[in-house]
Amino acid sequence: MTLATATPKRPRPAKRRTSAGDKERRLLDHGAWFLVLPALIPILVLSVGPLLYGIALAFTDAQSGRTEPTQWIGTLNFQDLLHDTLFWDSFRIGLLWAVGVTVPQFLLALGLALLLNQRLRLRWLARALAIIPWAMPEVVVGIMWRLVYNPDAGILNETLRDLGLGDGRDWLSGLATALPAVIVVGVWAGMPQTTVALLAGLQNTPRELHEAAAMDGAGAWRRFRTVTWPAIRPVALAISALNLIWNFNSFALVYVLTNGGPGGRTRLPMLFAYEEAFRYGQFGYAAAMGCVMVAVISVVLALHLVGRLRRGGDA
Amino acid sequence: MRTGRAARTGQYVALLAYLVFLAFPFLWLLSTAFKPARELGSLHPTWIPEDPTLANFRQAFDEQPLLDAALNSLVAALGAAVVAVLIATPMAYVMARHRTTLSRMATGWVVVSQAFPFVLVIIPLFLVLKNLRLINSVPGLVMVYVVWALPFALWMLVGYVRAVPAELEEAAAVDGAGKLRTLVSVTAPLLAPGIVATALFAFITAWNEFFFALVLLKSPEKQTLPVVLTHFIGAEGVADLGPLAAAAFLATLPSLVVFAVIQKRITGGMLAGAVKS
Repeated sequence: MTLATATPKRPRPAKRRTSAGDKERRLLDHGAWFLVLPALIPILVLSVGPLLYGIALAFTDAQSGRTEPTQWIGTLNFQDLLHDTLFWDSFRIGLLWAVGVTVPQFLLALGLALLLNQRLRLRWLARALAIIPWAMPEVVVGIMWRLVYNPDAGILNETLRDLGLGDGRDWLSGLATALPAVIVVGVWAGMPQTTVALLAGLQNTPRELHEAAAMDGAGAWRRFRTVTWPAIRPVALAISALNLIWNFNSFALVYVLTNGGPGGRTRLPMLFAYEEAFRYGQFGYAAAMGCVMVAVISVVLALHLVGRLRRGGDA
Repeated sequence: MRTGRAARTGQYVALLAYLVFLAFPFLWLLSTAFKPARELGSLHPTWIPEDPTLANFRQAFDEQPLLDAALNSLVAALGAAVVAVLIATPMAYVMARHRTTLSRMATGWVVVSQAFPFVLVIIPLFLVLKNLRLINSVPGLVMVYVVWALPFALWMLVGYVRAVPAELEEAAAVDGAGKLRTLVSVTAPLLAPGIVATALFAFITAWNEFFFALVLLKSPEKQTLPVVLTHFIGAEGVADLGPLAAAAFLATLPSLVVFAVIQKRITGGMLAGAVKS
């Protein structure tokens, strides 16, 4: 998974070229195709192709298991989508979920990264534990939290009872609690990656800057604002933009936790589109949903790029 | 830098809170997996099973075809990892060493492919694979996984290639080694650890993948582990908690082991390109 959106500019080394070197260079330029094709063909056939095909499908009435031929219907799917309140509900939930996961996740991960950047005991344990959510299949993460949230046999309610905080409830089935409950799981599941990315950014911060700032009498907050934050800002922006997009597109976690319930309160756009396509066979309509999702994601990407430009290109 | 005693204490309290947050769901999964049915039915669940048992594991294997599923997952993940690395390494080499339009476009694709909702790709893929009679087949799934694993494989490998100084290759060329010879005897050995790390990462992501497997594999004997795990959760959401926990724990073990081994390399490889930009 990538973390940033630009390739670093590498200065071309100035070098003298012998005629033999020139020949080698050209040979490789021809040979480069031979090196690139094994990956390029599958990319074109199984990724770029289906993507364009998918966009085209959005303008057809394609359905699974139908005998009549598929027909072009122009923007009819999109017009229907416009009036599909269920879709817009899921869309709103998707945005709520994406922001609801990304923001706390970022803040928690930043805190943890700052801690892990200090010389603390137990630091190794935190690093080791952080592997668990990262390496786990999303399905297992979902199952695990179902066990935690289980109304009778779950540890959450038992702990709340022990603390005298009420009699517990069925978190994943409550209309009001379901979305917050799955958001907590989303935060937990994605925290390690965000932490590691931020930690790497922190470790690139020159320690001397910190010390100089401390010497000048800058407090912790001031040091963070003037030294730490500018150094990790590029990574922070990149990882947040990607997290927003990944979360908006997520599927497995919520599929396992609630399958979109109760009453559609956690039905993310991907779950909705999956149902349309593979339960009701509405391929064209589901493809149109995909297109709308792409449009929204493009906005996030565009905002991110604007952020980069404002920062003044490469840092 | 000196940190005050109060600040230190605060830091440790915070760190402890993080540790609890990170660990407790997993510890609960473990605890549930080893509890006998009687304890699972208790109204006051305990952290540590009073009477630990392996019965849940046996029952999990009885209830669902876990072995077949694990085998399917293994084939899909191994296939995806090997093929992805085989075809990505040469391309990553070209992308890292030559600034051509092609490598710029490939980089753009790597970025954009991270952002696309899979549903837009899966419907056409479903139709194409259906026409090729590759629905409900593990090889069909491998094809999808290869392309799905390519973006980050390329990304990681480009970082690893950049870490091999081009000067080494030039020196070999000066010494009279041909391009191929240079690649095989100078570059490849230096790249090997990065290639292995990339392959293992591709393995884990394919092992854990759910959405494509759910859509493409219909018959129970073809399904991969994550899909079979969801069968433990009944239609009404009611689940046999013990076997569910046992199976979930088993499904995680391979990823945890592999990840623990390569974690440093992965973060290194992922961030090599990203952080510098």
